[in-house]
Order: sequence, then structure tokens, then C-alpha cells
Amino acid sequence: MTDATFTPGTEDFVHVDSNVSVEQISRPSLSYWQDAWIRLKKNTRAIISLYIVLALAFFTLPGPLIWQVDPTLQDLNQISQSPSWPKNAVLVGPYSHWNGVTIPSFPVEPEEYAESVEPVTGLRPYEKPTTQQVRLIWDPAKGAAGYNIYRNQRPPENFNDLGLPLGTTYGGNEVSYEDRLSLESRPYYYSIVPTDGYDEYETYTVLNVTPQMTITVTEAVDRGLIPVDDGLQVGREIQLEFHPFGTDYLGRDMLARLMQGARVSLFIGIVAPFIYVIIGIIYGGTAGYFGGRLDAFLMRFADFVVALPFLLFMILFKIAFGIGPGESGVLPMLLALILLLWPATARLVRGQVLQIREKGYIEAARLLGAKPYYLILRHIIPNTMGVILVTLTFAVPAAIFTEAFLSFIGMGVAPPTPSWGSMCNEGVKTMLSHPHELIFPAVFISITVLAFNLLGDGLTEALDSRMRSRE
Amino acid sequence: MLQYTLKRLLAGVVTVWFIATATFIAMHMVPGDPLMNDKAVSAEIRKNLEQKYGLDKSVPQQYVIFLGNMLKGDFGISFTQQNRRVNDIIRDHFPVSATLGILAILFAATGGVLWGALTALYRNRTPDIVIMFLVILGISVPSFVFAALGQLLLVNINSFVGRSVIPVAGWGTILHMLMPSLVLGLGTMALLTRLMRSSMLEVINEDYIKTARAKGLSPVRIFFKHQLRNAILPVITILGPQIAAITTGGFVVELVFAIPGLGRYFVQAVQQLDYTVIMGTTVFYGAFLVLMVIIVDILYGFIDPRVRLQ
Amino acid sequence: MANYHGELFSMLQSCFGPTRDPNMRLALVAVLLLFVQFIRAQVEATSVDFESQTITIALAQEPPQLNGMKATDAVSIQILSHLMEGLVRYDRRGNIVPGVAERWEMNDEGATFWLRDNAKWSDGKPVTAHDFVFAWQNALDPATASEYAFILYPLKNGELINRGELDPSELGVVAVDDRTLRIEFDRPTGYFVKLTAFTTYFPVRRDFFESRGDRFAAEPDDLLYNGPFRMTQWTHSASLRMVKNENYWDKDSITLNAINADYITADTRARLNLFIDGKIVHTRLDGETYKDALTQKFRIRRFTTGSIFFLEYNHRPDRVTRNLNLRRAIQHVFDTNEMVNKVLATPGNLPGESLFPVWLNGVEDKFRREYPAKKVELDIIKARAYLAAARDELGISSIPPLVLLVSDSPTAAKQAEYMQGLLKARLNLDIKIDVQTFKQRLAKMTAGDFDIVGAGWGPDFDDVMTFGDLFASWNLNNRGRYNNPEYDRLVKVAMNSSVPRIRMDAMGELQDILFDDAVILPQYEQGVIYLMHPKLKGVVRRVIGSDPDYTRARVVK
Repeated sequence: MTDATFTPGTEDFVHVDSNVSVEQISRPSLSYWQDAWIRLKKNTRAIISLYIVLALAFFTLPGPLIWQVDPTLQDLNQISQSPSWPKNAVLVGPYSHWNGVTIPSFPVEPEEYAESVEPVTGLRPYEKPTTQQVRLIWDPAKGAAGYNIYRNQRPPENFNDLGLPLGTTYGGNEVSYEDRLSLESRPYYYSIVPTDGYDEYETYTVLNVTPQMTITVTEAVDRGLIPVDDGLQVGREIQLEFHPFGTDYLGRDMLARLMQGARVSLFIGIVAPFIYVIIGIIYGGTAGYFGGRLDAFLMRFADFVVALPFLLFMILFKIAFGIGPGESGVLPMLLALILLLWPATARLVRGQVLQIREKGYIEAARLLGAKPYYLILRHIIPNTMGVILVTLTFAVPAAIFTEAFLSFIGMGVAPPTPSWGSMCNEGVKTMLSHPHELIFPAVFISITVLAFNLLGDGLTEALDSRMRSRE
Repeated sequence: MLQYTLKRLLAGVVTVWFIATATFIAMHMVPGDPLMNDKAVSAEIRKNLEQKYGLDKSVPQQYVIFLGNMLKGDFGISFTQQNRRVNDIIRDHFPVSATLGILAILFAATGGVLWGALTALYRNRTPDIVIMFLVILGISVPSFVFAALGQLLLVNINSFVGRSVIPVAGWGTILHMLMPSLVLGLGTMALLTRLMRSSMLEVINEDYIKTARAKGLSPVRIFFKHQLRNAILPVITILGPQIAAITTGGFVVELVFAIPGLGRYFVQAVQQLDYTVIMGTTVFYGAFLVLMVIIVDILYGFIDPRVRLQ
Repeated sequence: MANYHGELFSMLQSCFGPTRDPNMRLALVAVLLLFVQFIRAQVEATSVDFESQTITIALAQEPPQLNGMKATDAVSIQILSHLMEGLVRYDRRGNIVPGVAERWEMNDEGATFWLRDNAKWSDGKPVTAHDFVFAWQNALDPATASEYAFILYPLKNGELINRGELDPSELGVVAVDDRTLRIEFDRPTGYFVKLTAFTTYFPVRRDFFESRGDRFAAEPDDLLYNGPFRMTQWTHSASLRMVKNENYWDKDSITLNAINADYITADTRARLNLFIDGKIVHTRLDGETYKDALTQKFRIRRFTTGSIFFLEYNHRPDRVTRNLNLRRAIQHVFDTNEMVNKVLATPGNLPGESLFPVWLNGVEDKFRREYPAKKVELDIIKARAYLAAARDELGISSIPPLVLLVSDSPTAAKQAEYMQGLLKARLNLDIKIDVQTFKQRLAKMTAGDFDIVGAGWGPDFDDVMTFGDLFASWNLNNRGRYNNPEYDRLVKVAMNSSVPRIRMDAMGELQDILFDDAVILPQYEQGVIYLMHPKLKGVVRRVIGSDPDYTRARVVK
């Protein structure tokens, strides 16, 4: 046990100067938004989304200057092509009518009805088959009163698998057929089936033919593939237009259409959601914060807007805005979209505001003298950011597809101007046979949505106060 | 509570009246009328038709007549299907749409809450990334694509099994309802997932969660009693109108799966300018929507006691 | 983060906990077995059944009107043609054969039909001549407001009654007795007998009709049937079922016992899926779904529907399209073969060379063989010369953009875009495509608010007149208001004569006028491709009337 008590004397104390700083702030003072901005810049997701947005902007704006193909040019020789390397075609003269082959010595109808008929023989091309026409002839079959012609894209396995019914000849002695139906340079399997004038006999003969890719001189000149028709061109091989992303159902270049469509879709898909989300925030924030009669009135009005029949009012808007026939009514459509889609955000924001306004810090701030405007802007809205960003993400594809739907009824862009949404609409019809017509615009829409989603995530992480504590 | 409900119901009736009026006016302002058809009829026949259906009166007169009938609950006879009364159409077809809609919402709600919670719990790890990727795909692809793909999947399943085990279209048994309601609910499921995720992320970091964990509560209990309940409010907010939207917006699904629902009538009525069906379905849906919103708002009070409704 | 795994696991555990209990397990197995049986039960339903001679079909839409006097759409007409029968009907080869009428006589003034005595309604009562009189009077009654009333105009006073100037009882049709129907014509109508096969001419029994009032044809019990089938069930927008009518006079030639229309959807892909799944016997293929059908190795069949599609010009005095040279310019650059082969790209479509399709009959052979349509020589230089002439005549330096009005169907939009690209590339003409939904398009057509409109016309009856009178100045369907006195004169000649040679010559001249004056731009004659179940034989496809017609079909083994 030591002795005792320590009695401090004056020499134990040193006078501390009042201007010695005890606390030193090592970093500059940041406001909420400045802090958020710094975080955002460092956030991986936000950076990725920025790159995506830059890529899309590049695609939309300078893109068409680099890839200078007319998106409305219909290349009917290359309809619904999937992405491929450029094709070659041989130049041919104009189409000349063919009278076909009828054998006068052979009867049109047999004397008596035959129970069965032998398969047709001598099925052969009349001349070299090209993508302009495939001309077939065959030897007449005894007992036949006509023939049906079928075409398939693979060898037929049985009588039911003959493929597309191309046509009929009416007479046992009419032994030729000309096929011009959307011919491509690929193997075709033609089958000839003899008939009794009404019903078929169950035999068939198959011929394998691959037409040569051709283009007429007039068409080539029209499209600028060859300079001029000097009569020496027939037989030459030229290269057709290159379509890196393939073509659509009228032979238009997909890449060019995607670029042109980007303008409309991105404009609508970004501007419309931003505007109506902002409207929704203001509306919902006001309704939620002030409550009472104002809330009731505002919300009932929102219900009213939602319950109106969308299609009917769109038709009405179209007329009210005086969009001329065939003109692109993008601004009216933008207005229409906004006017009819804001309630969802408003409702969500109001719900969040209802929750937040009961919290302790709001009461505290109010007691300190904060005005409602300050409270809403500085405290409540930032805390509803999560919900707001979600609606923003969903608003983008909603706007794009609503625009596609409206183009159907004549609002929005007029044909032939494409938009990604309307390209999806058309692509879905050939989804199984030509998937590229659907996949490309859908991918672009997905990328846009992804960019917004990532941006939203990044913003949430930067802005949300509660997320900050998870360093 | 009772007083609040009554006030809301009254406001709801007023809202429905506004909806009916606005739609009536819009309907008559759009060019065309229900009597026009591909094959033109003579002027006399047209006059007779107009008289028969009351279209020869002025629009305000027609409005008054319509209001009177509506109060009696009579929406008249359809123009395109002249043997059916609009009330019968609604009565026959709404239950189908409602069943489809409820199933779709069930899918969407359970799926949305589940996936949303999962992504929040496993934030930035594999489940999160996979699910969010699917969500983005889900909203970037239009619903008619999903409907077509869904039906195709059923066809392939049936041909794989060798017999038709799941019907690819039609209505009647629970098997008929599976794929259509799934397809119908996909969009909402994606939305709910996303909402749930952001909402859960906020809640997870709240102090009271930390407190609860510190107190030693089991994770499951924390999830159900605290996290879920607080995070679910935005989901509930959106659920009311979504139910209404799904029951009306089932048009594409009804078309692809040959389902006799009210959605098809709703859309075709506008295309055909079938005045009576437009008014009947709009008023009916308006009332339905208003009711859903009222229910949702009341549910608020139960789920989050802090929310005071005046 | 490990505790989150724990959370999940414990959550799952709490769900599946109960299966530890053996009783619970047993119950689960039982439920599973029941479920499998349930699924098995679904397997039984297929589209054809040989034993019961039942088939299942899909309808494209809910039949809006099963009152034969008022029906206008294809689905209603198809259903009605299975449930009812008129005086005559078409057989498999497209010839007129006796229906309710056993025999008939006709001359320029009128016709007489003798009805068979075993023709009965589904309630057992006989079909009498009075039923026809009543039905026709009712259809012409302006109060009924039937859109097909015009098809009864060959009857004496028919048109006047329909205009409200005479009472329906003044109709020139009399039931001499229960079995004899005497008809007076308004003007000689050589094709009258064929008309009576159409739905609007079907009989209706007065007492039944009046007993049902407003509810006539609303539900299966609100109709009487005198055809091969009767309706037993109708769940609106969902299904419609018909069974063989035991009271039908020719029931021995009917093999099918039941036709179940169990699916109603307009989506062609959905119907294809139903067909692949073995649920329906028939579906139509369109430009996209046929490729899927090819991969399934189904037999694809072809049929030309008999409808013609064309571009109609606006001939009103305030429109540039009134100028003949402008129309000629367009005529000389449009290649119908390119449209049929590359744009429509499905088999069955025929090039559009005339307003009159190839199936129409002329005097002895097909109309188009006896009166070949003039063919246009595509010539871009000439076309541009016509265009320059048009500009001069109109007094303008360049043709303003032309408005092309189309409906909002995807095929219409595709064809319109093709025309737009074509006219821009070859003639440097701007086309604005005006997409409008159904009613708005009709409103614009009636008001004349278009330069060109994409139109089509399907035949109502089996005679050239169904196409011929389309562009007569009094015809309300002549939306472009083409007005040519010579055209009108030729139509009247054909209407008022009963000599086939005179009528056909007039129509032949009319066809030439249509070409020379470029009144319309014919685009194509519509063809469809479709699938039919291989075990179902005897289905008839028709250009007029019920299509497809299952009445005398049969299921083979």
C-alpha cells in the first residue's frame, strides 16, 4: 500500500493555449450531393453503365455517318437474310414470259379413270435454274389429268412431307411449271404428284435443284451496283450489298434500321421516363407529405387516369394533336406517354413518403424550423431514391414497348421509320425461322435497360445514406 | 377505420363517375361509330339502325340515358354481338380473367418477394447477378414473345413425352391455367423482385436489424418479422393497381392461349368502337381498380402501424 | 455472411419438415398418384375419333351473329351453314344440288321451287314454304337492318321494301302451299338459284322466331335447325358444340356425329401449336407459321380464297389521284409478280391482273379465259413520261406526297411499306402511310379522306356481278367515288339481261375500262395454305359460303 494522497500543485499544470487546435479536419467538408458524386464516380456499376451509354450514343449519332446505308432501301433479292458475308450474284437479263410445255399428242384427261398411276419420269430443269425462276419439265404420266408441284427444303421422307404446295397444272399434257416463289440460292427438292383433276395419286417424284444467285441488270443498275447497262453485262458476276446484321422481311439492312431506330427508341426511352418520373415524384411527394384532403384528391385523380381505356385515349390524342397521315408524331406521343404513365411512380413515391414522414429525424428537423419544401427535398426524397430508381429502370422498356404498340395504331413513328420496339413486334412473327430479326432489337433494348439498371444500382449505393455505413 | 372506409368508398363512386364521363366523351369524339362496316349499307338502313340503338339523339341526350341505365345496372346490348347483353358478357368473362389474374399475381408475388429477398441477402454474389440478369431479360423482352415461347415450350414438352400432357391452349382445368398465368405474371414478378431488392437492401442496414441480431434472434425470425414486413410496403403499394392492370391487360395472353377472358373484349371493343361494351367494361374495371386501391391503402395501416391515414 | 446461408437453410427446413412424418409422406404419394391419373385423363382428348366420328376444330373468333338474316362475317356464316340449309346447296365439286327444294324451274320472270316433304326442323316439324317467305320478308324489313339485305334485291319489290317504301308483305314471294314457293323477279336474274344457297336466304319459322323475340339466336335453344347438325352447347368466346341432326332429311349421307369447336383464338401461331399438339383438325398458315409447319413434316395444302386485293384510288375532284396519267404511271411500275413472289411469299396467291378473279365462270368456260385481262407492260421510261404528263395536266411542279390509307393489320403494313419503297425508287413519288384502326379507317374511307386506300373484296355470290358493280357510281362501296357513265351503263346491261353472252360481253368490256382507266391497281388474288388432319377426308373448301365445310366429311381409320 503506497502512501496516500496526491495533492496537485501549480507545477503540475501547464497552461493550454486556446488557439491550439485540438481537432483537425483532415478532409474538406462535403455536402450530401458532393459526397454522392464522389462515390458515384468510383462505383463499378455506374462506370460500366457509363461505358454502355457512351457506346449507345456512338451507335446512334455518328453511327449512321460511318455505315451509310439507306435503311429504307428494299433489297428484294435478299429478304430475311441472317447475318453473313457478302454474297455474289450473276447478272442476267430481264424476265421473259414462258409459255410452258404442253404436249398436244397427249390427252388432257384419260379415257377412263385410273385406279393408280405410275410416278412421273423425266423430271428435269428446262434450263439452268436461277433465283429469278426455276423451270421444270417432266414426261407425262399415263392416266394423269393434272399434276401438283411441291417444294421442300430437305429431301421428303414420305408422302406427307412434300413441303409447300406450289401449284397445279390442269391437264395430263401440261407438263411444266415455273417456280418464282421467294427463291434463294439453296438446295430445293421439288416433287411432282399426278392427279385425276381433283384428287392426288399417292406417288411422287423428287428432283434436287439449287438455283444460282442472280440479279437482273436493270435492278443492278437501279441500285448502283454496276455503273451502266451497256449490253455487255449479262453473265458477269458482281457482289451484292453487304448486310452484316442481316436483313428484315422486306430486305432492308438491319444495321441501318437499328441505328435509325435507336434515335427514336432512345429518345423516347430516356426522355419520357425521366419526365414522368419527375412528375411522379413531385405529385407523390406532395400527396404523401401533406396528406389529408390534398392527398385524397390527388390520389383519386391518379386512379382516374389509370382507369381510362388506354387505346381509346391514344386514338383521341392522335386526332387531337392533329398528326397528319403518315407523319411521325413523336412529340405528341411523348406527351401521351407521359400523361398516361405517371400514376405508377406517384403512387410508389407517396407510399414511401408516408412511411418516411413518421420517422424521428423528420420530426426533429421540423421542430428545428425546417420548411416543408426543405424537408421534402433534403430528407424525404433522397430516402425514396431506391423506389424511384426502380421505377426509372422499368419505365425505359415500358416506354419503348408502348411506343411500338402505338406505332401499330398510327401514332409514334410512321413507316418506314423503324423503332426498336416495332422491330421487335415484326421480328416476333418470324421468331423461329429468322430469329435474328427479333434478337437484334431485343438485345439492344436489353442493353439499354441494363445500362439504366446499373446506373440505378450505382446511384443507390452512392446516394442512399443507409448503404454508406456498409463500407 | 369504418369512417375512413366509407369516405373512401364515396370518393370511389365519384371517381368512377368521372371515369365513365371522360370515356363517354372520348368515345364519341373519335371518328367512326359502331354501325360502320366493310359493306356499306344504304342511308335508310343506317337511319333505322341509328334509331334502333339511340344513336340518332344528340350526345348529351345519349349521355343522360346512359347514366340512367348505368344507375339501374344496365349497360345495354353489345353492338358487335347483338345477342348478348353487356352485363352477361362481363358476368361470363370476368371470372376467367380474375382467376387468371389472381394466379398470375400469386406467381408474381411469391416469386418477386422470394427472388428479391434472395438478391438482397446475397448481394453482389452469384444469386444476385443471375437473378438480376433474368429480371433484365424479363422486362426487355415483350410479353407476346414470352407467351409464344411459353406455348412452344408446352408443345415441345408434349411431343417429348409423346402424348399431350399439358394443354397448349384453352381453358377449364388447372393445367390450362399454369402457363398463361406464369407468362402473365412475369412482368410483375420482375418488377416486384426489383422493388423488393432495393427495399430489402435499405432495411437490412437499419439499426433495429442490428439490434435484433445482437439480441440473438434467429435469422429466420428476423427475416419474417422485421425485414419482410418493413420491406414489403412498396410491393403492396404496387400490388393493388397491378392486380387491376393484369386482369385488364391479359389481352395478349388470352389471345395466344385461347382463353375466354374479358381482356379480349376490352381491346376489341375499342377497335370495333362498340359503345356499350366500351362503357360497360371501362366502368366495371374502373370500379374494380378503385376497390383494389382502397383495399391496399387499408392494408397499409395494418402492415405499418406508423403510417397514419387521415 | 455465413449466417445468411444458415437463414436460407433453416427456412427451407421449416418448409419440408413435415415430410419426416411417415403419414404425411403417404398422403403426399397418394396426391402424386392422383395427379398422374388426372394428367392421364387429359391424354384421351384428341382432334379426331374414328369410333365416335367426332372432330375438334378451332374458330378464329366468337361468332358474333347466328341470326342468318343478319350474319355477315365468315365465322358465323360457316357455323350457320352447318346448322341450316337453304333451298339448294353446293356439292363437293361446286355444283348446285337440291337442298330443302327437290326441284325447281326458272325463267326471266321468276322461279318456282318444290320442297321435299321430309325436310324437317330439329323439333320435328316440317320445313315449309312459309318459312322461306317469312325469313326473306324479315331480312328485307328495314327494322331488321340486315347488311346483306341487298342480296335479296333480285326479288320483286325487295329493294323497295328495304328502303321502307313498301311493306314486307308486298314481297314478290308467295307460298302457294306448304310445299311450293313461287318467286317473282325484279329483273331477270340468271344466277338466282345459286343465290338461294347463301345464309341470308335460309328459312326461319315464324312462330319460333316470334316466341324468342330479342333472344333469337342468342343461345343454342334460341335457334331451330334444319341442317346436318344442331348446336348443343355454346360457351361464348370459349367453345361451341354441334351434333348430328337426326331430323335432317339427308342424315344418311352425314357420317360425322359431332363437331366440337373447343378453341376460339385469332392467333395463327396458337392454332398451329394446337394442331401440332393434336388438338384440332385444321388450321390456316400464314407467311411466318408455314415455316414452322414445314419442319413438323405436315402435309400443307393450298387454296385460293377467291378474294381480290387492290389499291383503290380516290377519284374525287380535289385529289391528284383523279388524274389518269398519274394512275397510269403507277400502273406501269407495279409488278404484281414481284409482290406475290417476294413480298407475300406464300403459295396460293395469284398475281392480280384484273378485278375479276380467275375462278369466276363466264359463259361456258372461266370468265378470264373467255375474256383475258389486258396485261401491262412494265416500262419505267413510259411511266416517268406519264408522270411528267400528269404534272403538266395538274399544273404543279411536283406531285405532293400521296396518302396511302391502310388498316392496322401487320400484313397490310408490310404491303404498304413495299409500295412506298417501290414508288419512291422507281418514280420518286413520296407515299405517306396512314395506319388506322378498323373504324377510323372506315370513317376515313367514307369521308374520302385518302388518296389511295388498300382494299379487298370477297365474293358474296357466284356471279361476275358480285365484283362487276363495285365501281358503279351508285354503289356505296365505291369509296373512291369513281364515276363513269359508260361503266354504269355496262353494269345495268349485265343486271337487266338474262342472256349469258350479253352479260359476259358487258363485263368483258367493263374489265377493259378498268384497265384503260386504271380505276384500281389490282395487287393479288388471295390464296391460303393450311393444314388438315390426314385422317379427316371429305372436307370441302369453298370460295363462297361455308369454308371449310365439314358437313359431309368423315374420319377414316
